Amino acid sequence: MTARRRGVTLYLPLSLATILLLFPFYWMLITSLKTNRELIDLGGLPFWVFQPTLEHYRFLFAETGFLRWALNTLTISIVATAISLVCSILAGYSLARLRFRGAGAIAGAIFVTYLVPQTLLFLPLLELVRQLGLGNSLWSMILTYPTILIPFGTWLLMGYFRRIPRELEESAYIDGASRLRAMTQIVLPLALPGILSAGIFAFTLSWNEFIYALVFTTSTDIKTIPVGVVTELVKGDVYFWGSLMAGALLGSVPVALIYSFFVENYVGGLTAGAVKG
Amino acid sequence: MRAEARARPVTAGQLPTIAEMLDREGVLGYVLLLPALLVLTAFIGYPFVTSLWLAVTDQSVSTSVANFIGLDNFTDELRSQIFLQTARNSFVYTAVTVVIKLVLGIALAVLMNQSFRLKNFARAALLLPWIVPTALSAIAWLWLFDATFSVFNWAIVRTGLADRGINWLGEGGWAMTAIIIANVWRGTPFFAITILAGLQTVERELLDAAAVDGAGAWQRFWRITLPLVRPVLLIVLLFSIIWTISDFQLVYVLTRGGPTNSTHLFGTLAYDVAVRAGQLSQGAAISLYMFPVLIVCVVALLLYLRRSST
Repeated sequence: MTARRRGVTLYLPLSLATILLLFPFYWMLITSLKTNRELIDLGGLPFWVFQPTLEHYRFLFAETGFLRWALNTLTISIVATAISLVCSILAGYSLARLRFRGAGAIAGAIFVTYLVPQTLLFLPLLELVRQLGLGNSLWSMILTYPTILIPFGTWLLMGYFRRIPRELEESAYIDGASRLRAMTQIVLPLALPGILSAGIFAFTLSWNEFIYALVFTTSTDIKTIPVGVVTELVKGDVYFWGSLMAGALLGSVPVALIYSFFVENYVGGLTAGAVKG
Repeated sequence: MRAEARARPVTAGQLPTIAEMLDREGVLGYVLLLPALLVLTAFIGYPFVTSLWLAVTDQSVSTSVANFIGLDNFTDELRSQIFLQTARNSFVYTAVTVVIKLVLGIALAVLMNQSFRLKNFARAALLLPWIVPTALSAIAWLWLFDATFSVFNWAIVRTGLADRGINWLGEGGWAMTAIIIANVWRGTPFFAITILAGLQTVERELLDAAAVDGAGAWQRFWRITLPLVRPVLLIVLLFSIIWTISDFQLVYVLTRGGPTNSTHLFGTLAYDVAVRAGQLSQGAAISLYMFPVLIVCVVALLLYLRRSST
């Protein structure tokens, strides 16, 4: 293929796609740096910041609950991820490595729960959360997020556990190790990349969750970043555009960073179910 | 069976210790499943059953005792113009976005399947819209679609395409277009990356052999590549249909279902009716209308998985 033809059939569409996909992020960044006057200046060129300011970031940190929301989001994500990882590792190992009656049916049932959308369950869950006295608390999210995370984590890890040769475990049995011991000392270390993928997925999904957090929380100091930014930086008809963008950008950075470090694990996890089916 | 080979002999009259019990596959299997099953039963199974119950009662935030009213909530909805509009919106939104995402996803995946410089950068950029919180990226779209300050309108007016900009989120048809654009932007990366993984499993030799036999690039794509990645396409499609029809965040941030309900989806209408207006059981019934679509997708996926595992 000639260089010129490659330019037209590969680089041109690819650049176009990249620009389109990244443009909203660029827009977030420059909007967050514009002064309010520049934001509503229809005469100027909108694609650049001529008088950059950090005022919107100052406002976000000093006059909204953003730091508190960040702390909440982090706490919820870490605890929910930990709970889900423990459950998924145990369940994944059980379904992939042990033979017992009903294992196939249970694996199928767990897969089905992965497909249940949050918008189907948020009302009865809201009732349940209230009955348990967990309304408007971090616990309401810490306890319900694992339902979104465990099904995927379990399926992902089942795939990893299956790929570890059984002989490794069997030689440990011969040396007198119990099943539990063989699992924790031989299988789990080998499945570490899978556990990492499941962890990254669980963390980003918790960080991004919206509808449960929106419905379960009412007071400012319990909100997560997505809910706080969306609900508290709009007062009636007044949109704090600069701070909205600053909050949206800062709320996106942690997941973008985590993901850029672990892009291989992420893509591996994302496609594991679909390709290996 | 491995279990028998390694079970320690338990002599008659002697109860096995906990450690011995745990070393049996049949016992350990269930014990290890317990935490996951407990969480899923408590927070998915139980709520699902209560949502069925909720939907056949007249419970609202103001009633203290709920009465059984049969399927009234469901039939009431079928007579409601807002609900019928919502159902129409949901199907249009899902059908249009899924088709566009599929076409763009295949195109992007084919592009990304070639080797070129900066491939890693391109792949990272490609996935960003998919991984950041949707509620937050939707804020960028809210500003991009602002009636007065939309940069699209700026471009439309400056290039002389029209005298006035489009009232993106203020007119029904345009509002639907706007949420479709935002959804396609967010969802295409998932299609592209997953299909790309499928493309990478297609063996080069197969394509080379076809090329030797005189098949053109287009023919190779239609006759060899596409049939081979069909399973991946099917899975991606079914997942996307489920996620799109149950969408909430984009619409909540961009339009709240407006103007005059022209962008309401099942999820946002259920939220409005149940949480904002307090009609809990009515909201539960609206949510449950998503269930038939869900069932069809789930059954299709399960059948597919069963077939591929045997």
